[in-house]
Amino acid sequence: MTGIALILGAALGYAAVYFKVEGNPLAEKISALLPQTQCAQCGYPGCKPYAEAIVGGEAEINLCTPGGDDGMRLLAELLGREFKPRGAPVEKLKIVALIDEQTCIGCTLCIQACPVDAIIGSAKQMHTVVSRYCTGCELCLPPCPVDCIVLAEEPRTPQNWRWKYPATGLKVVAWH
Amino acid sequence: MALNSLRGGIEPDAHKKESSETPIRHVPLPSRLVVPLVQSSQESARTIITVGDRVLKGQCIGEAEGAGIAIHAPASGTVAEIGYYPMAHPSGLTSQAIVIEPDGEEHWITYEPLDPATASRDELILRIQASGIVGMGGAVFPSHIKARSKTETLLINGAECEPWITCDDRLMRERASAVVTGSAILAHLTGARQILIGIEDNKPEAIAAMRAAVCDMEPVALKCLDADKITVIAVPTRYPSGGERQLTRILTGIEVPPDKRVTGFGVQCFNVATAYAVCRALLHGESMVSRIVTVTGNVERPGNYETPLGMPIAELIALCGPKPGTTRILMGGPMMGFTLPSLEAPVTKGCNCLIAASAELFPPSEPEQPCIRCGSCVNVCPIELQPFEMYWSSRAKNFDSARQYHLFSCMECGCCAYVCPAHIPLVDYFRFAKSEIRARDEEQKAADQARARFEFRNARLGREKAEKAARMAAKAAETRAKSAGEAALIASAVDRTSAAARTPRDRQS
Amino acid sequence: MTSPHTRQPDSVQRIMITVLVALLPGIAAYVWQVGAGILVNLAIATAAALAAEALMLRLRKRPLWITLSDGSAVVTAWLIALILPSIAPWWLTVTGVLVAIVMAKHLYGGIGQNPFNPAMAAYCAMIVAYPALMSQWPSVDGADFATQVHLILGGSREIDGITGATALDAMRTGLRNQNDVHSILGTGVFGFAGGRGWEWIAAGYFVGGLFLLARRVITWHLPLGFIVGMGLMAGIFWLVAPESFPSPLFHLASGGAMLAAFFIVTDPVTGASSSLGKFIFAAGVGIIAWIIRTFGVYPDGIAFAVLLMNICVPLINRATQPAPVGKRKSP
Repeated sequence: MTGIALILGAALGYAAVYFKVEGNPLAEKISALLPQTQCAQCGYPGCKPYAEAIVGGEAEINLCTPGGDDGMRLLAELLGREFKPRGAPVEKLKIVALIDEQTCIGCTLCIQACPVDAIIGSAKQMHTVVSRYCTGCELCLPPCPVDCIVLAEEPRTPQNWRWKYPATGLKVVAWH
Repeated sequence: MALNSLRGGIEPDAHKKESSETPIRHVPLPSRLVVPLVQSSQESARTIITVGDRVLKGQCIGEAEGAGIAIHAPASGTVAEIGYYPMAHPSGLTSQAIVIEPDGEEHWITYEPLDPATASRDELILRIQASGIVGMGGAVFPSHIKARSKTETLLINGAECEPWITCDDRLMRERASAVVTGSAILAHLTGARQILIGIEDNKPEAIAAMRAAVCDMEPVALKCLDADKITVIAVPTRYPSGGERQLTRILTGIEVPPDKRVTGFGVQCFNVATAYAVCRALLHGESMVSRIVTVTGNVERPGNYETPLGMPIAELIALCGPKPGTTRILMGGPMMGFTLPSLEAPVTKGCNCLIAASAELFPPSEPEQPCIRCGSCVNVCPIELQPFEMYWSSRAKNFDSARQYHLFSCMECGCCAYVCPAHIPLVDYFRFAKSEIRARDEEQKAADQARARFEFRNARLGREKAEKAARMAAKAAETRAKSAGEAALIASAVDRTSAAARTPRDRQS
Repeated sequence: MTSPHTRQPDSVQRIMITVLVALLPGIAAYVWQVGAGILVNLAIATAAALAAEALMLRLRKRPLWITLSDGSAVVTAWLIALILPSIAPWWLTVTGVLVAIVMAKHLYGGIGQNPFNPAMAAYCAMIVAYPALMSQWPSVDGADFATQVHLILGGSREIDGITGATALDAMRTGLRNQNDVHSILGTGVFGFAGGRGWEWIAAGYFVGGLFLLARRVITWHLPLGFIVGMGLMAGIFWLVAPESFPSPLFHLASGGAMLAAFFIVTDPVTGASSSLGKFIFAAGVGIIAWIIRTFGVYPDGIAFAVLLMNICVPLINRATQPAPVGKRKSP
């Protein structure tokens, strides 16, 4: 019996070493659920640091503003924690930063603040936001000395317009 | 010729006679023409005029960008405005459009006609793009892209399987010769060895006219393709035989997988109205500035109207005398068309039909009942999907499962919803699920990209920091070496006290 | 208002009414051969089903009229009345209907959501709970209408001379007593193919089934699958040992085989979805029913066979999901 226990113990110990997972798999999973805006509104410097903080038990799961209720529901599901509502969900259009090119003085401060390198330009030259890459994280707003950056919803086009869930009389009766 | 059968399909009431028995009529010019910059499924055109410019009919007012097409003034007159106007789209969104106030002179500007036999292929294809020709069946895919790819067999689609619509029927009856000529030119461009013209057998006059036109082809068309390589085929009347893949299967027996284009199977398909437009553009130098629109339903004067593009739909309907009881206007046929959110929207290149709907002609749908899995939808699906399984998944917002049931193979032909005994709006559920899945895929892609860029930036900042540190260290080492050298010199000069003097300096660096 | 803007005038109600109409030839044969008592049971079952449906819809806060008028509850009620002995007391029928409507249908979410065939669930519950009453089948011309109604209304069950062994019962008992099939068929219980008189009822169901096929309410895969499944099993054993296994024709003409082939395995809600899946489902029911009839303790195994195959439906659906057009040829 003792022998078996020892052998199994050794096997387990070996497996633990042999199959050691690099990094923290749970943090990776959480990070995959976060919206990757890198906005730091949660108080951590990016989505992955926030994920690590959740794993470490330092952070609640309801700190991610861009993720909204949907994102938190996913986190709650993954971690088996209680869902904490954040308020009424709104249908979100993508928000992107826009630089008023007349006002911009070319100070490059916003370029340094952008977590995803979505602002291009160089010193004393006008800057512009590549809206394809912009996550709408607002981190470029505070550093701007002339307040020339605004956040705006991307315009609705037939491409990003969505069909609504079909509503019929029966379901209205059935669900309420 | 042996025809293959359409899988599934339905036979709704045709309602063709209402509009098919009067000749094509011309429409008087309205006071304003609204020409959207986006007229194809590709990039929008780039404006090349400014407000106040005088333009001639057929003059290019927006140049083609990328794979898009050029747009043209539908009448001679003045550019009054460039602004945002409602689109003919179920969303009711607006898009940028050029407004032209016609002067009533109808002065044309035409290009030099091209002879397909002598002009180069590139020249002909560029002309198709510059003339603003898109698929007129409703998909508005730019024709020059399709004309560029080589093919074995050219299908000309005159099936017109949707109920109520008769614009292709009338076009074939009245202008068969030009349709055949345009088809021959397209065969010449695509290198097709044969043309199969498919027409539903509820249009005997159109079939006869097209056969006569093939027997009596124009010389210019004969230079492109021999008459005996063109076959006009009557296909059984069954919706949706006019779908590109469905017609391909009926005429050639080729089953094209839903995720592949027909082009990959040696087949290319053009609508008869597109072939007609190609003929006008190449042989007469006329850009696409009008199209034939069927106006039918609850109106006094149903029929087919040659309408300038950009004509506000409200004005076209008003010309046809809407009867009391008209509740809404459908664009396209009753199976795949949509209710226009705004009648301010203009007639565009894909606008084949406008139907004035009343409660008698189009009764409101009955309340939705639970699905009993009766399988009616499976029997009629032309793609042999399992619509009710897709419905259960979409309704539960179980999008992965919906995708597994081949949701994206669905072409939204509406056969399933047409037969559903429980009155379930199946297509609505499919559209909802498709747009949700697409949006989620987009979001996922954006998030992945943001993560990659964030991590790359962090790595870059780290590397820069490391490089800076390394640089500083190198500089420090250099300084140290230099000072060490100086020290050595001093030391040699001052002899043995140097060793004691070096130690504090090292600490400082 | 979205496309399609036009619809075929069809409804769940029309489908259900077509099924009820298709049951009429079988019911007519029932009345002709066994007596009009079945009509009383049909009426009781219908009333109980509608009352139970209305109650459940009210409790579940669902729109009442739209589901009540779709006819699905009536179809369930008629099937239950036809598979229970026609002299069963009224409360047995009512209990069966309640099991079907309340437990098998509404507790799973109502029409369209139930995994088990409600009528079959009711039959199984009743045969387990009341085996004696469930085996008292009237013999052909054994009781006049008044006696039948008396029994149905719960009168004292003096049933000597009124009930008789069914064909399946007689065959089973005969074979257990080491008789051979041929001599068993010589007794008075049997007719041309199945039970004397009862085979006409089966013929009536068959005619009704053809009507359903003609009206495209059902597809051929289900009845044919059932007939092939049961016929194949019976046929193999009959060819090998005709003295101890009755013929496929006997099996198909006896018990609830024809009712099952056209009216029970064809329930769309609880069956497989694809054509191949439907065939497999129905064939499975036929095979299992034959096995239970031949080797099991119950005289007829169709109800158990249906429930067993209902469990397999998700598996069948997963395995037989058809590929869309153009996908089949390329692997």
